[in-house]
Amino acid sequence: MAYLLTLLWIIVAVLVSLGAGWCFRAFLISVSSQNMAKVFRTAPLTASFGLLVIAIYTSCAVFAPLIAPYGEAEILSYGFEPWSSDYWLGTDNLGRDVFTRLIYGARNTVGIAFLITALAFIFGTIIGIYAALKGGFIDQLLSRLIDVLMAIPSLIFSLLMLTIFGTNVISLVLVIATIDSTRVFRIARAVALNIVQLDYIEAAKLRGENTLYLIIREILPNALAPLAAEFGLRFCFVFLMISALSFMGLGLQPPSADWGSMVRDNADLISFGDITPLIPAGAIALLTIAVNFVVDWMLHRASGLKD
Amino acid sequence: MSNVIKMILKRLGLGVLTLLLLSLLIFLSVEALPGDLAETILGQQATPENVAAIRKELGLDLPAHTRYLNWLGGMLQGDFGNSLALKKPISGLIAPRLQNTLFLTLYTACIAVPLALILGMAASLFRNGYFDRISNATALSAISMPEFFVGYIMIYFFALSGYFPSMANINPNTPFIDKLYVCFLPALTLTLVVTAHMMRMTRAAIINVLALPYIEMANLKGVKPRRVIVLHALPNAVAPIVNVVALNLAYLITGVVIVEIVFVFPGLGQLMVDGVKFRDVPVVQATALIFASAYVGLNLLADIISTITNPRLMRQR
Amino acid sequence: MTKAIPTKAKTKTPAKAKAKAPAKAKPKQGDILLQMRNIHIKGKSDESWIDIINGIDLDLYRGEVLGLIGESGAGKSTLGLAAMGFCRDGCKITDGSISFDGMDLMQMDKSSLRELRGKRIAYVAQSAAASFNPAHKLLDQFCEAPLVHDVMSRNDASQYAIDLYDRMNLPSPETFGLRYPHEVSGGQLQRAMTAMALSCRPDLIIFDEPTTALDVTTQIEVLAAIKDIVKEFNTAAIYISHDLAVVAQMADRIKVLLKGDEVEQAPTEIMLKKPSQEYTKSLWAVREHTRKEQPAVKNQTPVISIKSVTAGYHSSVDVLRDVSFDIHKRRTVAVVGESGSGKSTTARVVTGLLPPRMGSIEFQGETLPAQYQSRSREQLRHIQMIYQMADTALNPKLRIRDLIARPAKMYLGLTGKALDDRVRDLLHMIEMEPDQFIDRLPSELSGGQKQRIGIARAIAAEPTVIICDEVTSALDQLVAEGILKLLDRLQSELDLSYMFITHDLATVRAIADEVVVMKDGDVVEQGIKSKMFKPPHHPYTELLLGSVPEMDSKWLDRLLDSRGKDNLGDAAIAKMNKKS
Repeated sequence: MAYLLTLLWIIVAVLVSLGAGWCFRAFLISVSSQNMAKVFRTAPLTASFGLLVIAIYTSCAVFAPLIAPYGEAEILSYGFEPWSSDYWLGTDNLGRDVFTRLIYGARNTVGIAFLITALAFIFGTIIGIYAALKGGFIDQLLSRLIDVLMAIPSLIFSLLMLTIFGTNVISLVLVIATIDSTRVFRIARAVALNIVQLDYIEAAKLRGENTLYLIIREILPNALAPLAAEFGLRFCFVFLMISALSFMGLGLQPPSADWGSMVRDNADLISFGDITPLIPAGAIALLTIAVNFVVDWMLHRASGLKD
Repeated sequence: MSNVIKMILKRLGLGVLTLLLLSLLIFLSVEALPGDLAETILGQQATPENVAAIRKELGLDLPAHTRYLNWLGGMLQGDFGNSLALKKPISGLIAPRLQNTLFLTLYTACIAVPLALILGMAASLFRNGYFDRISNATALSAISMPEFFVGYIMIYFFALSGYFPSMANINPNTPFIDKLYVCFLPALTLTLVVTAHMMRMTRAAIINVLALPYIEMANLKGVKPRRVIVLHALPNAVAPIVNVVALNLAYLITGVVIVEIVFVFPGLGQLMVDGVKFRDVPVVQATALIFASAYVGLNLLADIISTITNPRLMRQR
Repeated sequence: MTKAIPTKAKTKTPAKAKAKAPAKAKPKQGDILLQMRNIHIKGKSDESWIDIINGIDLDLYRGEVLGLIGESGAGKSTLGLAAMGFCRDGCKITDGSISFDGMDLMQMDKSSLRELRGKRIAYVAQSAAASFNPAHKLLDQFCEAPLVHDVMSRNDASQYAIDLYDRMNLPSPETFGLRYPHEVSGGQLQRAMTAMALSCRPDLIIFDEPTTALDVTTQIEVLAAIKDIVKEFNTAAIYISHDLAVVAQMADRIKVLLKGDEVEQAPTEIMLKKPSQEYTKSLWAVREHTRKEQPAVKNQTPVISIKSVTAGYHSSVDVLRDVSFDIHKRRTVAVVGESGSGKSTTARVVTGLLPPRMGSIEFQGETLPAQYQSRSREQLRHIQMIYQMADTALNPKLRIRDLIARPAKMYLGLTGKALDDRVRDLLHMIEMEPDQFIDRLPSELSGGQKQRIGIARAIAAEPTVIICDEVTSALDQLVAEGILKLLDRLQSELDLSYMFITHDLATVRAIADEVVVMKDGDVVEQGIKSKMFKPPHHPYTELLLGSVPEMDSKWLDRLLDSRGKDNLGDAAIAKMNKKS
């Protein structure tokens, strides 16, 4: 019976999400310009639901101090208080308000994941396009080097690196951005290789254009669309990875609120049938699902426009 | 034929080279450690005499290339050095845990690979239908969930009610059947995540092949859909699918680390994470090398299989 | 239409191991095999449905060959596939009826349609290389349809395959089928595909541009094989092509399509001699444009001089061997050759993209640096290039204004108002209205317009020489004609020299002053056009000239009579190589 009830809940949740997606799509269509409205009209409900979730998370991250009822690291009571009107989701092992920390977690976890992805992209894209454009020896050298780095699973590699550089925010950001930029390099190089062999690049080279002009004016504008979808995917990867590291106690360090470590710190509650620790984990899953839905739609659009 | 053998030898050579470079990288990354390993070990008690003694004991006074060769030589003979935190030989720590982790990954693979292939093929066969859409959305959701989330949900639903244990505590004396039972939840958690990835990629690989002109040709010859998939699409999709399987088995390596922690499973992943926490460098080095070798090996295997199944490479003009 | 469906036994060709061509009588009027009425097909494009075919009727008699002709986007392939009751993904037949041998294909269920396909209606695709499954041997793919349809046993099918391979003049027919698709040449593969289509002795074969991807000398052998076999087996066929001269050889009757509508149809002879519609006439007229040969210039320094160039890519094989020729002021040098002849590589050496292993390039008497990176801006400016695929030659993210302005700004230092005026001038020169086009993106232009922008970008640099790499081969004939005329006019207005790379001899006739014939990296023959098109020729030039289909339905027959069946394509070239 319990399982049936759960199944029912899941179905209700899915329907409500799709309904919210439908409403949000209608809202987007009504507020945006004609061209954009046309684009949104083609969005499946999953994608518009994804957009809604991303919008909510972003506003949580930006306005965290305004929304949260208490301070991020404020100790308010004894540990593990149950859900109440004072503490909506109860308190954690140290007596901090879980709801507050959930809101601040959006800022810390999502913010850092975004920062890492952006760094990885800037780094990986520039080197990737450069390698594709130069070709020959430079390309071979860079590609082989990246191949070796990619032969280590990224989680294992980051564990190794964090052992060496210690677990603080700066080394976390730099280590994961570096590791992830190898993946970005691969993709950016592949995308750029397709562009570089086109005649307009040859024409620009023969015109006597320099490398910087070629990268900025000729290659990058044409590489942006495929790379944008990839940005979403990489973000999901990074986000899941730092959550996993935090969960293992190797990510963001206390007292900063962070979803991964919130799960770990309160995991014991699950054995008592309390689902509070699952909420931050669910928050991670929800954002990743949302981004994936949007990326899926973008990829579908890109492939659909081709033929 | 000789072409293929040459090609496989070349791949093998590349694999060995990659592993060598990896070991060098892992070795050097420790060299780059701020300060000195000896100082790290001693922490507050680092007096010059102590440091010198420890350096001598660890052989840190030798030149770097000698130490690398010694370390690599030891690794190849199964001697991984001593754990700094536990003061015990690492090989003794690793052996039973490696067995456990291998058991868990194989267990998962046995469920996940056939399941994912069947689901992926079905989705590609009924593409854009309801089955495809629902399985796609479900798979996407499953991919998006952190492994520990899935793990705790499993515990919440299946362990609290007492069907399965929430802690997968096994030891070498546990009977095989009990092992299967105890490890069911961790294996299921891993399966869920890996299957989703593998199924989506399988679907994409088959759909890529189905869009090719020779599939249309087969349809225009009046060949039945099932025969088209089995005889015309599959032989050409083997290479991409093998790559998908290898890639995802390699992905298991990452997943297994987290799942082991959730279910307190005595595996290699836990050993590594503990190593990272205590900055037990030799342990981290050894485990990283094992994980990386498994990863390289799997990719190598996939490469070789896709070479063998490709008639273009098998019979060159 | 109301005729009762004939029983299977009646129409089934008895399965015989040895194929002996049944000598049927000439088709009688009224013996209709395929009848399509008021066919409407729509295709999905960006979430909305657009018309591909709007209401076409088509009749085909037993044993008759119908030619379907039209430019790209005319819907000929879609119509051809519809004759099998087949639609590609994203297309649907919205209206009309298709009746094959009295059966209504529109009402049939999928499995009955499958029964027909491959057995009674077969299909030959444009690219044999892509349409053969790379994982199976040719013979296995040949035998698949007979086995699936239960027409003959595996042994009989293999025997039949060998017999057909032999008729198609394929090398060692006994073992030919044991090879994989990647192990045989393009022309052979296309013949193997025709053989495969015949494997169940169908009543109807759809040929969808079967020779378009082939070189002219290879095309001949495939055409000959198809013609021979269709006649011998008295199979009805729909032959789809954009090349009128090719269709004229194959078809009894020709139907002309334009954007999903039928323009006209008539028996081949009548269609060739006096087409009734303006559009058809304009298609025919293309072939008649020629430019007067410019008088040869004596004792003048050539603009470009290619001096015994030997060049190659990464491997040690030379793609060019000792290539030399000159390009003089205000003259057009056509470099002709088939794929792999080295004509595009020559262009790459001239532009400096590929430094030669030996030899050099001189511009107005002075030697140019081998690599474009070492050339001065002024040297780069004098040699401009126009590409085959206008789609990939223009950066899709830049507007027309920026595309054309860039060279003018870079080389000539124009800015502001002067630059804008220059861009407008250039657009006028290529006959495009500036106000209408200047702010568009390339994706908002047609193929011909894009090619014109490519030309404008080249002349914006005020060059001396323009290298035109197959500039018209991706375009429809009428559009190509316009481009050739434009190039002609610009040449006399701006004193340009052209190095014109092409595989199409009709284009050479239209535009060249001098001709350089290349084969496998060697210059086979060179000289002024009037001499080159008159005998005596070098044997290869002769082969090349003789292989271009002419607008005369008897041309192929005459050629076969004079040369013989065994002296075509690869075989002829091999023989020629042995002699020299």
